[in-house]
Amino acid sequence: MAKIMIPTPLRKFTGNQPVLESSSETVDLAIRQLIQTHPALQRHLLDGNDQIRSFVRIFVGDTDYQELQGPATPVHQDTVISIVPAIAGGSPSDPQNQPV
Amino acid sequence: MRPDRSSSTFSPQEYARYSRHIIIPEFGLDGQEALKKARVLVIGSGGLGSPSLLYLAAAGVGHIGIVDFDTVDDSNLQRQVLFSTDDIGKGKAAQAQKRLQRLNPYIDVVIHETRLDRTNARELIRQYDIVADGTDNFPTRYLVNDACVLEGKVNVYASIFQFEGQVSVFNYLNADGTRGPNYRDIFPEPPPPGLVPNCSEGGVLGVLPGIIGSMQALEVIKVITGVGEPLAGRLFLFDASSFHTRFLNIRRNEAVRIEELIDYQQFCGLDIPEAPVVEVSVHEMEEWRRQGEPFQLIDVREPYEYAIAQIGGELMPVGQIASFLPRISRDRKVIVHCRSGVRSARAIRELQSLDHFDNLFNLKGGILAYSREIDQSVPQY
Repeated sequence: MAKIMIPTPLRKFTGNQPVLESSSETVDLAIRQLIQTHPALQRHLLDGNDQIRSFVRIFVGDTDYQELQGPATPVHQDTVISIVPAIAGGSPSDPQNQPV
Repeated sequence: MRPDRSSSTFSPQEYARYSRHIIIPEFGLDGQEALKKARVLVIGSGGLGSPSLLYLAAAGVGHIGIVDFDTVDDSNLQRQVLFSTDDIGKGKAAQAQKRLQRLNPYIDVVIHETRLDRTNARELIRQYDIVADGTDNFPTRYLVNDACVLEGKVNVYASIFQFEGQVSVFNYLNADGTRGPNYRDIFPEPPPPGLVPNCSEGGVLGVLPGIIGSMQALEVIKVITGVGEPLAGRLFLFDASSFHTRFLNIRRNEAVRIEELIDYQQFCGLDIPEAPVVEVSVHEMEEWRRQGEPFQLIDVREPYEYAIAQIGGELMPVGQIASFLPRISRDRKVIVHCRSGVRSARAIRELQSLDHFDNLFNLKGGILAYSREIDQSVPQY
């Protein structure tokens, strides 16, 4: 089974599971299957046009899937798909970044 | 960046101090001289800046600039190892400068106690050779990135969240004169506000910025000395919970053009005025309690925060607030609170977008204000 690596900020939507398995044939199907299983991920991964959000990158192995075959990139038994979101840290004393 | 050896001299004390560097064959005296001549601007002296500044100063980087306008807070000390309890309430940059000069009196440390913005970023960055970005918010990340690209400076990037760290070397000058990828090549646009939690909402394991900030210092030293292979064109990911590490290849995105600095608050969606919510102070809430005015108190923090401190609210975490809709009272006032009042305002806006509510009040200042002004036995965190 292929592996999907879930980044820390999104693990609260996968029941804290860091790695999920997928038997889908393409990256697109794997991501959609992931969202079907964990619907709360949808707004974090897909934009209003159903495309991967611009602050999230998808890698297959160590290569951005856009440099492969994009959503149609085939997924094999040993494929590792990484979801990589932008992270920025965060300070409560920064008024532009007031969190809580 | 190797210097002309004849133009730089070390005192006997400096030779002794840096001897463990100088005897590394690949590093040698040339490497140490390159450090002494280097000018490095570290943006942020917090979780990432603390370890990177300590190691850059100890290593003998000759000219270090620190940008930070913040003051030391109790909650910083779990990870910001530049500071101690005595520093609480004092300016970070000045305290960092004192600490680093005590550590190494043979270097210059200059402080810039200002908020970096598009009016000052290019001029400031222009004065340095390399930038180490340890900032904590998206607008400044994009500002630093764009200013480095426009000024032709290498940007050693590090970022953290909870157990996760990212490191890369952006805008690296390749041997053929071209520049390596930068932050915008990976993430052309920032996430909208509220979609990605930050460290004070999601937390961060204190030692993680220690690890990632040290890696950032390592990359700065490698870029300065030319020793080793910098993380240019690669994004390093570290998961502290599993010790899983990955290197991802990143490339220039020809569609991305950086031609001038822009309004980064607007770019990150932070200038859009949010719908106002009706607020109630902790004193007004106590008055309602004394007068027997019926109200429901809802706490939208996370369960682990509730375990630290609570003031009798019903726990309904903001991330799942929609699922609690049936439990929210319609026939009495409802006070919503969190730690400081920001998440509870967000929860109120979400509830009002889901249904018609005219009885929701945001507790101004949250549980922190309650602790300060009503009951000091409630822990602050």
